[in-house]
Amino acid sequence: MQSFPCPFCGPRPETEFRHDGEAGKLRPALSCTDSEWSLYLRARTAARGPSREIWTHLPCMETFVLQRDTLSHRVGEVAP
Amino acid sequence: MSGQRIPGGTEIDRSRAIHFDFDGQRIAGFAGDTIASALIAAGVSVVGRSFKYHRPRGIWGWGPEEPNAIVDVTGDSHRPNCRATLEPARDGLTVRSVNGWPDAARDRLAVIDRFARFLPAGFYYKTFLWPNWRLFEPGIRAMAGLGRVRPGSAGFAAQAPEDARCDLLVVGAGPAGVLAALTAAEAGRDVVLVEQAPHAGGSLRLRQAQIDGMDGAAWLRAALARLAAAGARVWLRTCAFGVYDHGLVGLAQGVGDGARLVRLRPRQTILATGAIERGLPFANNDRPGVMSAEAALAYLRLQGVLVGRRVAVALASDAGLEPAQALAAAGAEVTLIDARGAAGQGALPCLSGRIAAVQGRDRVRGVTLDSGASLAVDTVLLAGGHTPSLHLYAQAGGKPVWDDRLGAFVPGHDPEGLSVIGAAAGHLALRAALTSAAAAVQGTAPGVPDAPHRPSLAVWPQPGMKGRVWVDLQNDVTAKDVELAAREGFASVEHLKRYTTLGMATDQGKTSNLAGLALLAEVTGRSIPDTGTTTFRPPFVPVPLATLAGLRAGPLVNPLRRLALEGEHRAAGATLREAGGWLRPAFYGAAPEAIQSEALQARLTVALADASPLGKIEIFGPDAAAFLDFVHYNTVSTLSPGRCRYVFVLTEGGILYDDGVLLRQGEEHFILSCSSSHVAGMHAHLEAWRQDQFPQARVMIHDTTPHWATLTVSGPKSRAVVAALASGLALDDGALPHMAFGWGWFAGTDLRVARVSFTGDRSYELSIRADRARALWLALREAGAPQDMTLLGGEALMILRVEKGYPIVGIDTDGATLPMDMGMSAPLTRKRADFIGRRSLMLDEAQRPDRPQFVGLAAEGAVPLPTGAHVLDLSGPAPRSDGFVTSSRFSPFLRRPVALAQLRGGAGRLGERVVVQHMGQRMGAVIVAPDQIDPEGGRLNAG
Repeated sequence: MQSFPCPFCGPRPETEFRHDGEAGKLRPALSCTDSEWSLYLRARTAARGPSREIWTHLPCMETFVLQRDTLSHRVGEVAP
Repeated sequence: MSGQRIPGGTEIDRSRAIHFDFDGQRIAGFAGDTIASALIAAGVSVVGRSFKYHRPRGIWGWGPEEPNAIVDVTGDSHRPNCRATLEPARDGLTVRSVNGWPDAARDRLAVIDRFARFLPAGFYYKTFLWPNWRLFEPGIRAMAGLGRVRPGSAGFAAQAPEDARCDLLVVGAGPAGVLAALTAAEAGRDVVLVEQAPHAGGSLRLRQAQIDGMDGAAWLRAALARLAAAGARVWLRTCAFGVYDHGLVGLAQGVGDGARLVRLRPRQTILATGAIERGLPFANNDRPGVMSAEAALAYLRLQGVLVGRRVAVALASDAGLEPAQALAAAGAEVTLIDARGAAGQGALPCLSGRIAAVQGRDRVRGVTLDSGASLAVDTVLLAGGHTPSLHLYAQAGGKPVWDDRLGAFVPGHDPEGLSVIGAAAGHLALRAALTSAAAAVQGTAPGVPDAPHRPSLAVWPQPGMKGRVWVDLQNDVTAKDVELAAREGFASVEHLKRYTTLGMATDQGKTSNLAGLALLAEVTGRSIPDTGTTTFRPPFVPVPLATLAGLRAGPLVNPLRRLALEGEHRAAGATLREAGGWLRPAFYGAAPEAIQSEALQARLTVALADASPLGKIEIFGPDAAAFLDFVHYNTVSTLSPGRCRYVFVLTEGGILYDDGVLLRQGEEHFILSCSSSHVAGMHAHLEAWRQDQFPQARVMIHDTTPHWATLTVSGPKSRAVVAALASGLALDDGALPHMAFGWGWFAGTDLRVARVSFTGDRSYELSIRADRARALWLALREAGAPQDMTLLGGEALMILRVEKGYPIVGIDTDGATLPMDMGMSAPLTRKRADFIGRRSLMLDEAQRPDRPQFVGLAAEGAVPLPTGAHVLDLSGPAPRSDGFVTSSRFSPFLRRPVALAQLRGGAGRLGERVVVQHMGQRMGAVIVAPDQIDPEGGRLNAG
């Protein structure tokens, strides 16, 4: 079980967190094309290795960006 | 083997005699015995049968490596497949051997062994391939056995798992582990030292040693006292069974007892897990009475049990000398057989060479050497060298490397935060072990006299050995099976494992993997490191699922939420059932007939229902209105304070996530009353989008659901009942119309009164502090009595809302339902602001006219349509589904069934007759509007 650093509560076990997708995706404007919207909704990088992910710590509801290596599970910087 | 109790034994208490039953035989022992030591002391030789050939088997080891002595233990609880070497002997236990019928000593399936040459590795796979392996599997599994589960028997008492942290975890309280823990603790570090045995000391429990001029046992006592004084936590009978992500270590506390799980997160872990003695290969090396020399020493020193009288000790390592000398001193007649040549072994008679075969069946009668010499003995002890225990190291990501001098794998590069010391790191001699321990914690090693010893010799099974030479005792894998696998092309070690089942038993090959690997390497002409090891996976020892589950069993798997008024509902005779995670009244009284009468009475007079689980999420702040416009499908910023609106919340994919009623308390304060089963999800959904899009200082979200109790008064006579509360709030429809709310005063506190209906009748939702709910309940019941009021359970409420065509999101909708499918299209065309999911509603798929749409169905018969029944499209050559029934009830008010459905293009098909099919039966129905009781809405204001 991984240990993630919640910016509010400190290190807590992985099971208390919810994965909210990859960080850095921007919500397109209403005027975007269908395919741009579909890419926003469905396309995932699913990076093998370093990635930036959005996680929410459910007991305190803090949502934050976590740098994590999907291969080694090494956890890096956290930004609220 | 012909074991007996003799004087001595440092870990038994002779003043406390105990007795237990083993296969119907009464066994005497002492507190401090394991089941294994008591059985040996009682002269029991056969303690189990082997898995495949039903060969008689005796005790091999003294710890978790034990392959043979697997027993079912019944005391306060029943636990199958325990290792007799770890299990403490207790008064009154019933212990049963496995794989034997009626028991290990008289097993009737022992005849299988005579056909062994017809049962090589892969025999079952090859033979029972046709017509289907599954036909044979149950019978073969029953013969193979292992322990028996007793359905209905009590498991051991569940214990809450513990989460703990420490600076340094040391696994294994042998001399190296104790020294490392002591040095670190005295340097001020927060140390946990765990040991799977009931006593600390490791090899110092059995072997003579000199440390810092003290006798080993004295050094150990002093070290443990200093450890305690330094504040280290020493956990005995605690097995570290797995290393997981980010250094998490799984500990089972009280192995053998019904263990408790501890999840420990150390900053650093030092493994001092020691080494396991291995056997030697020769024909019939599985006979009862062939055992580890170290185990024999352990039984002698710890429990005062002498394993045999005429003992041959076969050596490939000096580790076997001390057991030989100790047994001789205790009165056994001991002969050494040294594979390295008979040189300088002191006073004991010593033969040079190797054992070729063992004679005897249920117990050893003698041995034959490769020289042809033979010896009459009752016990054969093997000292084939030690294999470092690298299980946890490898689980943590370490890569073992081959050490030719030791003939074993040793740790290579250390994974982050983890190191290996002592015998586990290949430092088998005490001096080297303590030096490695000191180095790992920057301490100094105590003085240990150098003990000269002869190098050990790695003796592996060889191809073409005579007779049946066992490699894996628990899974019955012989050297010939390994050779066969290699011949048939299973040359990869992982294939070998799967084909022969080598190392796949409950002991996970602790005594067998390396021998099998070495033989495979020899047969395939590769080196051992080139052949490689199989993957080490947790757990190191079997851990009961009940230990991992802890308290998460029975009702605690998913704890029910309880209503503030549960006592009142029980007093009113309610039948309580779970709905949406809450325990709530399904109907009042014991008979389900009450459901129909409650639903009818609610339409005729008035009904009182507990709606407390309804969500009450409050949203505050200057940007609250803009935020809620963004998260809702509907425009809500135009709502006036004191008014309510029925709203949809969508996902970004446009899918209907929940519906609810939004109350505007003030310009910057809203209360969202969402579905009771969606409160947690809705709260998280709102928080996620708030944090993504809106500044924290301008919007705040707070879930107050459990703070409030909500009682619904519904029906034509509801206003009279609410008026009787005299809350001070004007109830006339001008002041408080449908979809408005206001505040009154009741029982000394605020009372929120909302004209919101889930029945289609005039309704008042009354919300009050949960601790004042009882007063409100009693007052409403009293006020309702003259109006012939009924109590309304959840089941009758379902009838009312189906009559009215009010959907429940998740029941009448699914993961593809868009808001327009529910007949709500206006916001998409009229709303100006962007909202979650809007762009998805503009896709072609969302605009298709033949999407499934929400409709009502009026069944033609008198029986309600089954929920889930399909509406048939009969226009093509074969019938296909056109949609399905989502909710269906019998309406006592309409005196006919009512149903809701999702139907392709349904909104444009009102009045059409359709055929509905369920489990081969067909019924007729007519498509109608969802609201089958009051499409004009007059009842909302009636009364």
